Amino acid sequence: MQKILFIDAEKCSGCRICESVCSLYHEKVCNPSRARINVAKWETAGIYVPMVCQQCETPICEDVCPMHAIKRDEKTGAMLIDYDLCVGCRLCLMFCPFGGINFDAKTGKVLKCDLCGGEPVCVKFCAPEALQYLKATTINLRKRRAAAEKFSDLMKKMLAVV
Amino acid sequence: MKSHAPTARLNIAFRGLALTSLRSVGWQGIVDETMVWKRKAAYVDLTTGKIAAKPIPGEVRQLFLGGRGIDMHLLYNHVKPEVDPLSPENVLFIGTGLLCGIPALGSGRCDIAAKSPITGGVGDSNVGGFFAPELRLAGFDHLAISGKAEKPVYLWINDGNVEIRNASHLWGKDTFETQDMIRDDNEDEEVKSLVIGVAGEHLVRFANIMTGMKNSAGRTGMGCVMGSKNLKAIAARGTTDIEFSYPEELLDYCKEMNEMVMKTRWARAQSRWGSLIIYSNTNTTGLIRTRNFQLNRLDEGEDLEPENMDRYTIGMSGCYGCTVHCRHRYVLREGPYAPIFGEGPEYTSLGAFGTMLDCKKMETILVANHMVNKYGLDTLETGGLIAWAMELYEKGIIDEKDTAGLKIEWGDERVLFELITQIAHRRGFGNLLANGFKPAIAKIGKGSEYYAIHVKGMSNLHSDERPTPSLALGIATSTRGADHLRSRPAIDLYGLPEELLQEIYGAPVSSDYTSYEGKSRMVWWQELLYTVTDSLGICKYQTVFCAVHAPKWEEFSKLIKLATGMEFTKAQLMEVGERIYTTERMFNLRGGFSRKDDTLPERYFKEPTPVGLPIAKGKKIDKEKFEKMLSEYYALHGWDENGLPKKEMLEKLGLDKEPSYMV
Repeated sequence: MQKILFIDAEKCSGCRICESVCSLYHEKVCNPSRARINVAKWETAGIYVPMVCQQCETPICEDVCPMHAIKRDEKTGAMLIDYDLCVGCRLCLMFCPFGGINFDAKTGKVLKCDLCGGEPVCVKFCAPEALQYLKATTINLRKRRAAAEKFSDLMKKMLAVV
Repeated sequence: MKSHAPTARLNIAFRGLALTSLRSVGWQGIVDETMVWKRKAAYVDLTTGKIAAKPIPGEVRQLFLGGRGIDMHLLYNHVKPEVDPLSPENVLFIGTGLLCGIPALGSGRCDIAAKSPITGGVGDSNVGGFFAPELRLAGFDHLAISGKAEKPVYLWINDGNVEIRNASHLWGKDTFETQDMIRDDNEDEEVKSLVIGVAGEHLVRFANIMTGMKNSAGRTGMGCVMGSKNLKAIAARGTTDIEFSYPEELLDYCKEMNEMVMKTRWARAQSRWGSLIIYSNTNTTGLIRTRNFQLNRLDEGEDLEPENMDRYTIGMSGCYGCTVHCRHRYVLREGPYAPIFGEGPEYTSLGAFGTMLDCKKMETILVANHMVNKYGLDTLETGGLIAWAMELYEKGIIDEKDTAGLKIEWGDERVLFELITQIAHRRGFGNLLANGFKPAIAKIGKGSEYYAIHVKGMSNLHSDERPTPSLALGIATSTRGADHLRSRPAIDLYGLPEELLQEIYGAPVSSDYTSYEGKSRMVWWQELLYTVTDSLGICKYQTVFCAVHAPKWEEFSKLIKLATGMEFTKAQLMEVGERIYTTERMFNLRGGFSRKDDTLPERYFKEPTPVGLPIAKGKKIDKEKFEKMLSEYYALHGWDENGLPKKEMLEKLGLDKEPSYMV
């Protein structure tokens, strides 16, 4: 069963550990501008949203790539860049609606999340669990259960009254 | 880039080091030629507009690490005793820690130093948030800013370049607006800034430096120094690499460190309630000063219990590289001061605007916390001064003629908000308080000094240390004036087994927190630990502050090795701490401080605590025992009976050839 990198932005504390471990794991340096994940922040409103490639089912990056350099990894489901084919035209960056593709100004390459081969490092480091790596089938059940909690609480109260 | 050749004055940036050889301090470590030796410091003279960038010598790293350590070395060598803190000759130092950028232990701490406009001694304040890593990513580890700009300016630091820019449009703006405007000016949401508010512009002596919504370099008046230089902000944006010697091993070890921290109950409680969690125990016991210093427990203070933050919080917020995330993001939706979005408050603000003033509502704290952050005022100094003024008013030492008609009575939140505004803008009675304790005492006279709870001119936080000799000694010896973050051995309050205390502190220490036995050792040991913590640029909450089994010397050694290739044993790291703390001591001594300044407000010795649990009630500090404890403490540091570093200690630390006006 493939898993999905699931973002629960409400839990994000904005610490940016995900950015720094991502660049440390992939590039061997700490540099958020070379990370595959970033936290979009509205500091004066207290809103933090981690943003990363969604590994779409019908990926636009794959469609627009003139070199057919972006392909799905059958094992993890991640869309991977084949750097032997990539010419660095950045069309994927232009068309991705989520900003899932980053551009590394130092090497001239485009970067994107590869799910670390099936064990995302950012998830391991995320203390508030804003980033989770979940089976695709359980994501929905989790969300439903969270939503149902409101009803559940209400029903418990009603039953207690009766 | 506006760059010039270094001037003769800037050339002496690291003077003193040429005189110190590593062999003389017994350095054995193997030096790995990694990035840490290439990292730079920028020297900015705001008077002439000259800017110079230079590498930080490897020797400095080994002797002082970074952050607070290097800041203190520079402060000692740049700022002579006769320098007026508000003159262009005072120098503001900004330092990132040696471990800045690692994904663990809240490695985004930034250390800010200058001669303090409050104490006249060491000015030093440590702030979290995201500025330090951004500065490091922008190519600089340290900044030294001297002179005074003709008109308001801000520094722009971006990928190896430093520019002095016009800040006329930012002058008069609050700390939040200023940060947003700098981001807008540069069309970049990722810009991080250190800024002052109106309090810093008006040279309020205890103005702070803010970054983000809540992170503040609050203590010792560093915002006042910035204001005196017409420096509104320092903005950084960086995309360069922070390199490490062993990146793969470092990544694994950082994970281990974060897990070690999160295993402690302290960190888990902090994640949920922030430092407010401390209030329940300390207030019940009777360790909180109330009505300035008249009581040691706030009755009917239930609304200040940490659980009540749940009414306002929308989630927690973490600093860079932190798994603990101890700050509340709170929203005040109703009431006369709504809407407010703010971060915090800390336990200390709870005391500063709550217990000390007899204000009993959480909302009062939230509004006041937001106000001081917006104006750029130190929360502790502000609360301490207002509490003092309220007691003077109650005692009839001051009256409405002195306060311009304001009835400053206990528990009145409108008075609190009015006085915060007055202080920040230097209006009315607030103008007097804005000068800090020593000038205000001189002006008011009439025995007002007795009621002022300060050490070396700086206000203490709201903790009442009369039942706890270790905590009392710590605020007396602190190099920056009354302050808990120089040494507080908070684990003393846990009553830990004496075997465990001996294992940690290396000699017998009483597990009774009302005892004086072994407490000098606790303070000395914690001073060294926090000095090194501040020099590595990591968070005190993630070492032995309130958690026993948190990272300390051995873990620090390994992190330094993996990040920089430098090797330190535990003993060597403790010696670095000793070197830095002794440098601070020498700065203060040559500025005129002596043993007589390492003391407590008179009331600690005279008035027993009136309320509290049996362990805390009826307690005062025994003068004789205190002096004995102080002498023991000096001896542990290698200082003589008068608190002067001994010649052999200075030689051991390699400080004997430092340009000193004292020895």
